[in-house]
Amino acid sequence: MQEVLQYLFSGLTNGAIYAVIAVGFSMLYSATDLINFAHGEFVMLGSLFLVTLWGAWQIPLPIAFLLTVACVALTGLLFERFAIRTVRKPQPIVLVIITVGASIFLRGVAMILWGKDAYSLPPFSNQPPLELAGATLLIQSVWIIVISLLLVFGLHLFYRRTLTGKAMQATAISKRAAWITGIPAGLMVLLAFVMSTGVGAVAGMIIAPVTMCSYDMGTLLGLKGFCAAMLGGIGSLWGALLGGILLGVLEALGVGLISSALKDGVAFILLLLILYFRPGGLIGAAESARF
Amino acid sequence: MKQRQSLPRKAMWITILTLTGCLIGTSLFALPALAEEKYTIGGIFAVTGRASFLGDPEKRSMELAAEEVNKNGGIDGKMVETVIYDTEGDPTKAVMGVSKLLNKDRAITIIGPSTTPTTLAVMPMAERAETPLISCAAGNKITQPVKPWVFKTAQSDILAVAAIYQHMKEKGIKKVGLLTVSNAFGESGREQLREQADQFGIQVVQDENFGAKDTDMTAQLTKIRSADPDAIVCWGTNPGPAVVAKNVQQLKIEVPLYQSHGVASPKFIELAGDSAEGIYLPTGKILVADLLPDSDPQKPVLKEYIQKYTEKYKMPVSGFGGYAYDAMKILARAMEGAGGDKAKIRENLETMKEYVGVSGAFNFTKEDHNGLGPDAFVMVQIRNGNWKLVE
Amino acid sequence: MRRLPPIGHIIFILAVLLTGFLIENTYYFQLLVFVGIHTLLALGLNMLMGYAGQISLGHAAFYGIGAYTTAILTATYGFSPWAALPCAVLLASAVAYVVGLPTLKLSGYYLGMGTLGFGMIGFIVFREWSSLTGGSSGFVGIPPLEIGPVSFYSGRSYFFLVWTVVLGIIILCRRLIDSRTGRALRSIHDSEKASRAIGVDTMALKLRVFVFSAAVAALAGFLYAHFVTFISPGTFDFLASVRMVTMVVIGGMASVWGALLGAFLLTLLPEWLHAFSEFEMVVYGLILMGVMIVLPRGLFRGLLDVFEGAREQTAKRSGGVNGR
Repeated sequence: MQEVLQYLFSGLTNGAIYAVIAVGFSMLYSATDLINFAHGEFVMLGSLFLVTLWGAWQIPLPIAFLLTVACVALTGLLFERFAIRTVRKPQPIVLVIITVGASIFLRGVAMILWGKDAYSLPPFSNQPPLELAGATLLIQSVWIIVISLLLVFGLHLFYRRTLTGKAMQATAISKRAAWITGIPAGLMVLLAFVMSTGVGAVAGMIIAPVTMCSYDMGTLLGLKGFCAAMLGGIGSLWGALLGGILLGVLEALGVGLISSALKDGVAFILLLLILYFRPGGLIGAAESARF
Repeated sequence: MKQRQSLPRKAMWITILTLTGCLIGTSLFALPALAEEKYTIGGIFAVTGRASFLGDPEKRSMELAAEEVNKNGGIDGKMVETVIYDTEGDPTKAVMGVSKLLNKDRAITIIGPSTTPTTLAVMPMAERAETPLISCAAGNKITQPVKPWVFKTAQSDILAVAAIYQHMKEKGIKKVGLLTVSNAFGESGREQLREQADQFGIQVVQDENFGAKDTDMTAQLTKIRSADPDAIVCWGTNPGPAVVAKNVQQLKIEVPLYQSHGVASPKFIELAGDSAEGIYLPTGKILVADLLPDSDPQKPVLKEYIQKYTEKYKMPVSGFGGYAYDAMKILARAMEGAGGDKAKIRENLETMKEYVGVSGAFNFTKEDHNGLGPDAFVMVQIRNGNWKLVE
Repeated sequence: MRRLPPIGHIIFILAVLLTGFLIENTYYFQLLVFVGIHTLLALGLNMLMGYAGQISLGHAAFYGIGAYTTAILTATYGFSPWAALPCAVLLASAVAYVVGLPTLKLSGYYLGMGTLGFGMIGFIVFREWSSLTGGSSGFVGIPPLEIGPVSFYSGRSYFFLVWTVVLGIIILCRRLIDSRTGRALRSIHDSEKASRAIGVDTMALKLRVFVFSAAVAALAGFLYAHFVTFISPGTFDFLASVRMVTMVVIGGMASVWGALLGAFLLTLLPEWLHAFSEFEMVVYGLILMGVMIVLPRGLFRGLLDVFEGAREQTAKRSGGVNGR
């Protein structure tokens, strides 16, 4: 029993990380119909910027946090302006390959700027791990879970309560129709990029203390985030959250109850089964683009 | 209509022209090495990619050693030239790189690759080309069974495992839980850990693994904990094992944690922070050069290497660059008087005795192409953020 | 139009023969062998992506199935490679059929996800079934190919072998494209619903193309395994699948010659970029993005367009009005 609880805690921690990354994928997809395969690299940038700003330059955490989001979001903005916007015939597959190129590019830049070594950061607050019925949970994990929930809830409010959010949703439904009603659709797409990469940066920062940050950490995280987003139903915020946590918990239980060698295998087989029975993900069934 | 017809034909021409362009482009880079007054020694390391923590210092160390050889007048008066390619840890790229070294750069010997799979991939090529290859990878599949043209300077996992189990035996540890990384390094370690356990009266009670880039290993550790081992052995390379160390601390697992020589670098202490306290690991003597008794024959070699490396590259020395440094130095000695004859170099390598290098004292024989004995490893413990020799 | 393919093939054969006899250095032969193997991968995937409009992010698994099947049969059980070849291709096809049946019902990114999941599972099987596959350290001792007294050991003979196979597959692909099946395929690419409405059994067709592309990938795996004589799971991971997709898109979808170009570029590019050392990844990423931004229809179509544009301009300048 104690073990199962520990597996759940472990799964929740990882799951919350996957969820935040999945939210980034989902947000961008809902506004632009695009899967950004460089998203994991923005997560990596978030981690590494925090390593520099907070770890090396000793800037107070809240300021460093905001600065990091700003830096990464700026990178996202430049990415949209120079790489995505300039494509003349934006077919989905072409954009996907551009994001693949961007991920290699960003990894290369990070390797030059931060070197090939890994970095680690102290937790956000220095308290002993929580104990519950013999299972332990790091305070940083609590941070991760709380921040990801807040983030998803905040985004939910943004979409439902603010004019900008509604305008963005309108753009997501039909770019042209939104444009006709006077919504600056191009700006909305840009905003979606900025927000999605910003969310990616947040994911990178909150996991920095529990894991090690290096220039090549993004690929796997991006992959897991993509899986979580698809599992939950791409384009849906709550779906991303659900998908992420489900993936994390499945992995942890796979390790605990079956075998750690087959950890990823177990998770992926279940993912496939879910997809076969619900081809549009758990929540939401947006008709997705063809190639 | 006419134009439509000719369109695909033009396409064909464009394809052909582009491909020809590609070929010409490639051959431009292929200017043959002119000078025969020097020896070309090829290096092939994982300079970037997942195993860059091995390949990067190895590349630097090889260049450093070659520079030294040249400063001392070269080999039989001929200078040494190094040509180094990057494998990125990818067997296909390693094969291409070695092919380039053999066929284009006409290297007479090759140092590298850095990892076990890349080495296994290029070994047949070295055999076929009858060119000595000195690998810097740890896996024992490389020199067992012995291939005539393949040598290696990195300590085998066999020795590392033996060092750990010997220490456990002395401490009276009977049951161990294993946690190994799911790549070639972890797999090779895991095989040895399981194979040698019986000889030391140790029982493996739980055997788990983790992905090299995983962010959390508490699930595996929880499972190991429930099997109630006397000690845990983690086998991996940075940064995974640092996460394991943190998770062990988080789960308040009290039994001793052993790591492999794969984390033997100051980086590990930096990454794991205070959770590194008390961890045991086997390492080549390079990490503890200052702590060695003066009677140790390796001490002057280590000091010299460390001093030169830090001077040249302005960065701390890693535990892995020494493999390439030793390889280069050993080669230089084997090439003396061989006149560039590959068979003779091979002969000299196989009969080399008592070469004291960074990774230990090498004694190559026909049956042993690694040449290191159990004294290549020492057990250290991390105390107060520093290494401490275990007696 | 109908007379054209043979001309292309003749030029292709001439080009292969010329390079085969002009080049002396084994290194270039080895490089071109890899280009050939990658071309096969791109050709197979191109049928699926370019003509049937279905994406696969897990094709490296079929590549791996081909390689591992022949490795295990020849090295462990002592089969002749030529007996192992049909087994490898059949196994990959069978797996593709079983996997494709439920997966191809998905569409768009969900299909991408489904195939990705399959690719990951394949990779994990190669890595973890170590009693059979040698695990992460890899599989050693795969015998080289031989036909009677001819051993495909030297670079040149293997070069000719691989490019003969490439030519065969190119002809096969063209035949398929120009057939009734090919037309039906293109209709799926344009609109699956519409083609279903006019009576095309879209599911069966998609499945057939999926199986075909898997078989070609397995063939490439077979050639890879016997060329390098060593395989390890890393060669067949997720990034390998992405690289295959990139080759197809960069070269130009729905074009046999595009696949060839894409494979050429993506295999040779890293070799050229060695000069950049630390900046290699940066430059590689930039080139990838740049090609897609400037030539979104891929190199082949893109260069064609540029060529056409230049021709039109000269035509205009020389006074040739009403050219079209």
